[in-house]
Amino acid sequence: MKRFLVPFIILFILITSVYAQDAREIMTKSQKAFLYAGEDLKVRVTMRLISSTGKVRLRELTMLRKNIGPAGGKQKYYIYFHAPADVKGMTFMVYKYPERDDDRWLFIPALNMVRRIAARDKASSFVGSDFTYEDVSGRDIDDDLHELLKEDMLNGEKCFVIKSTPRKADVDYAYRVSWISEESFLPLKVEYYDLSGRPYKLFTADEIETVKGFPTVVKRTMKNLQSGHRTEVVFTEVDYNIGLPEALFSERFLRRAPQKWIK
Amino acid sequence: MNKIRRINPVIRQTNLPIKSDKIDRRVNVKGCLICIILLLASTVAEGFEFSLNGFLQGNYSFNTASSSPDGGDLKWAEERIQLKLDISNEQLRLFSKTGLYYDNIDRDVGVDFREVYFDYTGISFDLRAGRQIITWGLGDLVFINDIFPKDYEAFFSGRPLEYLKLPVDALKIGLYPALLSIDIVILPFFEPNNLPNRQRFWLYDPMEGISERKELKPSKSLKNTEIAMRFYRNLAGVDVAVYFYRGFYRMPSAEPAILSGLRLFYPSLSVYGVSLQYSALKGVMSVEAGYYNSREDREGTNPFIPNSSLKFLIGYQQQLWEDFTVTLQYFGEYMEDYSEYLKTLPEGVPKMRRFTDLLSIRLTQLLMHQTLRLSYFSFWSLSDGDYLLNPEIRYSFTDSVWASFGAMVFGGGEPWSQFGSLDRNDNVYVQMRYEF
Repeated sequence: MKRFLVPFIILFILITSVYAQDAREIMTKSQKAFLYAGEDLKVRVTMRLISSTGKVRLRELTMLRKNIGPAGGKQKYYIYFHAPADVKGMTFMVYKYPERDDDRWLFIPALNMVRRIAARDKASSFVGSDFTYEDVSGRDIDDDLHELLKEDMLNGEKCFVIKSTPRKADVDYAYRVSWISEESFLPLKVEYYDLSGRPYKLFTADEIETVKGFPTVVKRTMKNLQSGHRTEVVFTEVDYNIGLPEALFSERFLRRAPQKWIK
Repeated sequence: MNKIRRINPVIRQTNLPIKSDKIDRRVNVKGCLICIILLLASTVAEGFEFSLNGFLQGNYSFNTASSSPDGGDLKWAEERIQLKLDISNEQLRLFSKTGLYYDNIDRDVGVDFREVYFDYTGISFDLRAGRQIITWGLGDLVFINDIFPKDYEAFFSGRPLEYLKLPVDALKIGLYPALLSIDIVILPFFEPNNLPNRQRFWLYDPMEGISERKELKPSKSLKNTEIAMRFYRNLAGVDVAVYFYRGFYRMPSAEPAILSGLRLFYPSLSVYGVSLQYSALKGVMSVEAGYYNSREDREGTNPFIPNSSLKFLIGYQQQLWEDFTVTLQYFGEYMEDYSEYLKTLPEGVPKMRRFTDLLSIRLTQLLMHQTLRLSYFSFWSLSDGDYLLNPEIRYSFTDSVWASFGAMVFGGGEPWSQFGSLDRNDNVYVQMRYEF
């Protein structure tokens, strides 16, 4: 019996670790497709924050993103707010580092003041929406343990179904299950579960367009299943590899929004 | 006589009622109008984007400790419309922010050219000419290297925070060589701080008996043109800045006039400073210091002019949980030539401490998808024992309508200390805005 048990255990470990390896690889590819497409990106983002009673608030912004190095690595973000009126002209800059806290700066036009903001919590809400900073700029692959649960069909597309469990309790959910398209590697659906295992949030990619060869989620929704609040996001004027200069991501342009890139 | 202007830091020295009038801005009205006309004319030009925004605002502040010196119940009561006009293309921008207001206390209509400027953005330099607001430095309501004028009356009356900063008529040049960025600001017209109004605020006045006061601003000359510079860059994750200023104290000093009464004047000042800001201890650390060189009283022997001093602050901000941020800050000022100060201090005049400090805490919690903001700010001076408390609640009813309710509470210390002297001026305020 022992003769069989040892190879069996070895084989089991091998198979599961191959699966785990596969899952990590899939998530790495997904991160690359979803958050690192192109060298840089320019997009106009319209967010509709919709309460359970149907009250709508709008957030409109232009987001510029530049990759510094390979996918999964450093990124710089520049955000210009168009609406609502009380934040129009406000700009926001993030230097994202995979292994440590981001650096964030905010420019308040009424005071002509640049402030560095404490950014410990990547899991906190982005501009009051149901999306978190991590949903916008990504989460480090090795912050989670990834398992390939199965393969599944979703909206006629073949998907990997992957369960990701955070290694540390640094988020407000226990784990998430992602449906990753086997073709585009974009996440088509992500279910978040709370600490008692109940469904908590639901992400859906509602519309995908290919821009300059990069499949892009141009319509997405994040719904809080417990409060009924949801946020719908629409991307327009998507463009990749436009040659954003790195100098753009600086205090100079935080104070003086570059018209060429934000219009 | 007195050495009232010895320490001239931050919000300190609101206890000397100098001005009872509104800030006089008539001088440059013509210039502002010309700018606006230029602005409108340029809309005709092609390739320019045009935008018009603004707000309607109601802002009222009610006395809670006692009536104002003039017997009124209000510290502030104003309706205001603001129009923001922005015309820009990639290189050029014309911007104006103009307010039209009705002051219910003085029953007075006024126009406020808050910002009117022209921008040019080049490849490695840019220019901004005209009336503008400039904010430098890292302090949270304390200012070391931000030597631009402040409106303390606005802050103490519960006006929206942006009114704490007064605009300057200036030329700002930005230079961006490879190694660092440089701001050079040239200020041809001196603008003092705006201090609380005597009719509305109870203030400590050591020379109450002397009503004859003449204010003397530095004359408009090339020699008196102020210059401020900032050199800055990010060095290994640290935002580093070095500052230089040559101009005048923005708080007036007082000395006996030749014949009778008091002469209020603004002594020469140079400031050399530095600031660092970086991520540390899971938050943001801020360190700033500045040496105030009182150029007309280098030895500290003139009792009517502030002594040179060293100011510094250490700040730390951290997000403790989602949408909850804490900011702690310690500010200190150390007076030079203190023995000279003591020697020349006239009898019967309150003695300033050699070292004064100010501890501040700011708590901010956002709720309901960041539409509700609860905040608390306080100053507390360890050296003087006085304080300022400012709790506030702000709610955005819709994307375009918000209101905030808050209170300004002063007390502690001595009748002549910074916030202690404002003890009777506690107020609750409301700000309401419709933005478009």
